[in-house]
Amino acid sequence: MSATPLLKIDGISKSFGGLRAVHDVSLAIERGSLTALIGPNGAGKTTLFALASGFIPPDAGRVHLDGQDITGHPPHRNAVLGLTRTFQIVQPFAAQTVRENIAVGAHLHLARRSAALHYADGIARQVGLEGQLDKLANDLTVAGRKRVEMARALATRPRLLLLDEVLAGLNPQEIAEMIPVVRAIAHSGITVLMIEHVMQAVMSLAQHVLVLAQGQLIAQGTPQDVTSNPAVVEAYLGHGTAERLRKAAAQAALRESTS
Amino acid sequence: MKDLGAIAVFVLLVGLIPFCTDSGVTLNFVMTALYACLLSQAWNVLGGFGGQFSFGHALFFGTGAYAQAIVQMQWGLNPWLALPLAMVFSAVVGALVGGASFRYGLKGSYFALVTLACAEVFRIVAVTVPFTGAGVGLMLPLRESAASMQFGSRAGFVWLMLGLVALALLVTSWLKHSRFGAYLQAVRDNEDAARAIGVNPFRVKLAATVVSAALMGAGGAFYVQVFQYIDPGIAFGPHTSVEALVGAIVGGLGTLWGPVLGAVCLHILADLTRNLFGALPGINMVIYGSVLILIVMLLPSGVAGLGRYNPLRRKSTKVPPE
Repeated sequence: MSATPLLKIDGISKSFGGLRAVHDVSLAIERGSLTALIGPNGAGKTTLFALASGFIPPDAGRVHLDGQDITGHPPHRNAVLGLTRTFQIVQPFAAQTVRENIAVGAHLHLARRSAALHYADGIARQVGLEGQLDKLANDLTVAGRKRVEMARALATRPRLLLLDEVLAGLNPQEIAEMIPVVRAIAHSGITVLMIEHVMQAVMSLAQHVLVLAQGQLIAQGTPQDVTSNPAVVEAYLGHGTAERLRKAAAQAALRESTS
Repeated sequence: MKDLGAIAVFVLLVGLIPFCTDSGVTLNFVMTALYACLLSQAWNVLGGFGGQFSFGHALFFGTGAYAQAIVQMQWGLNPWLALPLAMVFSAVVGALVGGASFRYGLKGSYFALVTLACAEVFRIVAVTVPFTGAGVGLMLPLRESAASMQFGSRAGFVWLMLGLVALALLVTSWLKHSRFGAYLQAVRDNEDAARAIGVNPFRVKLAATVVSAALMGAGGAFYVQVFQYIDPGIAFGPHTSVEALVGAIVGGLGTLWGPVLGAVCLHILADLTRNLFGALPGINMVIYGSVLILIVMLLPSGVAGLGRYNPLRRKSTKVPPE
């Protein structure tokens, strides 16, 4: 049994001037898993994505994709190897139609224009964009453009998909519609690492959760594990909160039993 | 394909003009209009499809022009051989300038300034070094025959230019229907998004510069054959750069027929004003400037955008907040 994880990050660090955005982070993503990366604002999640996908070279540490060292590779080479990312702030090819947007991704494996445009149709169905194929990407709602972002990445036939907050900025209904799309991607055999703030999605989608705070990995485990981890609670709600919450809970329990 | 059919019809119609008239004025007008089309189409490859706005396309024009003259006069080659060589020389200069610019990530106004500066450097070098004839320029010896690409009538030049314009149209249509074209437009619209899905922006932009430069070089070579003279000011001066970019922008960036439309419209306009204000040399540049301002304000997608004009398109140039 091959035990090499699909993505392996060893002691990766990146500073911007005096700010240590990511400090000595190591993690492994297993093949076929759906992992969520969570953490408070400014924790370094997006920087970690940029480091893994090659948009930013790390100051230290290594990145391995399926056992191959890809540290410092530019993003387009990583895409060829099967690592593709989306952006938190959607980056559509605004003046092009949805079909043309997706076809650019499909061209990674399909040289013919007609083949790529045809392939885009199938991908659009997968993410629920089949009715919007001929619209300009910029005429879509935010939810629509998030789908374009995902579709374009899917069209490259990735092995590992890094999703950066695909649910941010969506209303509850749109979130409810998007969750099955992400789940279907994972079920189709693509390994997914997603940055997410919407805990409802994290709890229902992820098998494994990584928690980043102030550039360091402070916890990981199942969704239930990490949400009850005092370090995680403190990272989100401030130092001492976990202790206060625990005491409050204990007192409530005490009142309950004495009354 | 629809585009190929349209190109064939265009070539056929324009190609028939010399059979309908021998008026030197008309043929001269057709020839110079086609020449303007070629320059704008060349610029459109990099500026329209690639979004890299060069202000110094005269660099490639002048390289082609000098190469055409030097290869004939100093190497003794036939002009029909010199023409493809001139295109190769321009392409090489395009590769060097594009390579250096994109290697260091120059974009937008920085790229525009570098191309402008390079054209100026070449102009100064051409004034100084002996093999370009220095400030005096180069005069092509008169050898009127089709074999030496010096046609007795304007008709020959019209057909030659038409051939080059057809080549540019075919290249542009290929950009619209190929992976390379899709990658080029993706890089234009969003470089980071393109990188994330496997596009190498450096390679794509470099290739577009090479193609654009080669077409521009053909324009320069043609100029030398028609006027049998080239000097540093004509070759590398800003006039040609401006003509190329204004035609493409007025016509419609990143479209097949836009640069043709734009160049022809501007050419008619410039011709009219030359007749009206003959005493004011350079008035056409004033006209170009004014038209450019009007087009950018009123018709951002150019004359070619008029047909598929819809108000949604303009609204959608603003990205709604997340």
